[in-house]
Amino acid sequence: MRTGTGTRSWPAPRWLVVALPYAWLLAFFLLPFLIVLRIALSDTARALPPYAPHWTGWAEAWSFLQALDLESFATLVGDSLYLDAYLSSLRIAATATLIALLIAFPLAYAMASAPRRWQPALLILVILPFWTSFLIRVYAWMAILRPEGVLDALLRGLGLIEEPLALMNTETAVLIGMVYSYLPFMVLPIYTSLERLDRSLLEAAADLGATPVRRFVSIVIPLARPGIYAGCFLVFVPAIGEFVIPDLLGGPETLMIGKVLWTEFFSNRDWPLASAVAILLLLILAVPLLAYQRFARKEAA
Amino acid sequence: MNRLRAPHLLALVFGIAFLYLPILVLVLYSFNASRLVTVWGGFSTRWYASLLQNQALLDAAWLSLKLALVSASVATILGLLSALALARFGRFAGRTLFAGMIAAPLVMPEVITGLALLLLFVGIDAERGFWTVTIAHVTLTACFATIVIQARLAMLDRSLEEAAQDLGATPLRVFFAITLPMIAPAILAGWLLAFTLSLDDLVLASFTSGPGSTTLPMRIYSSVRLGVTPEINAASTLLIGLVATVVVLASLLIKRDALARP
Repeated sequence: MRTGTGTRSWPAPRWLVVALPYAWLLAFFLLPFLIVLRIALSDTARALPPYAPHWTGWAEAWSFLQALDLESFATLVGDSLYLDAYLSSLRIAATATLIALLIAFPLAYAMASAPRRWQPALLILVILPFWTSFLIRVYAWMAILRPEGVLDALLRGLGLIEEPLALMNTETAVLIGMVYSYLPFMVLPIYTSLERLDRSLLEAAADLGATPVRRFVSIVIPLARPGIYAGCFLVFVPAIGEFVIPDLLGGPETLMIGKVLWTEFFSNRDWPLASAVAILLLLILAVPLLAYQRFARKEAA
Repeated sequence: MNRLRAPHLLALVFGIAFLYLPILVLVLYSFNASRLVTVWGGFSTRWYASLLQNQALLDAAWLSLKLALVSASVATILGLLSALALARFGRFAGRTLFAGMIAAPLVMPEVITGLALLLLFVGIDAERGFWTVTIAHVTLTACFATIVIQARLAMLDRSLEEAAQDLGATPLRVFFAITLPMIAPAILAGWLLAFTLSLDDLVLASFTSGPGSTTLPMRIYSSVRLGVTPEINAASTLLIGLVATVVVLASLLIKRDALARP
């Protein structure tokens, strides 16, 4: 892109173009987070705000800052419930990401190898479920997985099982729901990177005597790596903080941090603790985020 | 080389079946005469009829529709402005923070965004209802709209704009006569994305809505928690049908790749 053209094309109302969305995001994105941070550092209290310490103007700014404490964070670290919830969220999200990758890769590969004229239709087929309601797609699995549900009836009809599977309200159900809901996010980036794959490379390798496995490992996988990383990132990160899926498909045993935050807020009404849960979750999410950014930068260079 | 081979066909069939069978089951059972989910009691449209009697659900659907229309329109305008700023303004003061704030809601768990906005609304003592949910939805969906429009702007051939400029067109004239028509598909795609995201949102709405502003997903969620009901199947089928029709029509009308990059 040429620099300088920008200045030429937007003289007078230019600042307004930036100012409007900028102001919106400052007011409804950044400011709310500062409030969350401030409340996370307030005294734990099962009551409505304002929370101690109270802001009494700039004159007392220093004593205000001194009165902030890490009490809520101490509760978080001290109670194994929260630690377990963070860890099991990470474990469930990682497992779902891996399963999604195993299902998405063959699908994306087959899409990219399909005749050119089929590809737009295939792409729409994969994207369409993403556009339909997330909540409804999770709900669809409730009817399938519940005791005496569609899956049980089907497997019993085929004579494969005697007893009901009882998958509903288990971690397996949560994993199924996650893989299902996030699959398009994994398929699309992998397909995009495979679509660009130069087929003549594979043919050249075959001519030189490389076995199909060898061709796959040393040509397809490395070229698909940007897509795989992007897909894993797009599935892993939202899965960690997921609320709807563990709430509807999971049971009391499936501990996930998004659900803990929700309960802490709506049922226990402990806002400072809920805020601390949120801040810690953000810090955890920063790790895959930074890792992915590093990868993307290396890839671009 | 470009013939479909058996393992590829298998992967395609399995993958597509996995994506569509659950939805198909849901649609199928919305026409089930029996209340029981596993017993097929014959074809019936009774659940659609009883849906029309469910005033609470209809009210929620109407509210969600209004909410989605308003928030998608505001989000698209903000998204267009942000996309222009990011794609065309080069470096400006505070650009890094701006780009960060655009990207952040995309990866932020909804529970956190919802909690943060609620704490803001409580802090400024705003009455919670239609407008607070609208603000929440705009904040989230404007970022998606920005990404879609920005991608299109980045791909755009600048020579037409430059030619118009060289011929003496004012920047505003160039924008409305050249740039806007060229990015129109992306603007439509951004609007659609914002619309469906708003129509679908449960978490942000649960945090930011007040009494009397229960959205359709909130209503569906509260009845779904109690179990599977054929009436919700019927409502879901209508919703899926609506969204699928709009998306397929739109993708036929505009270039496919504008929709393919959500």
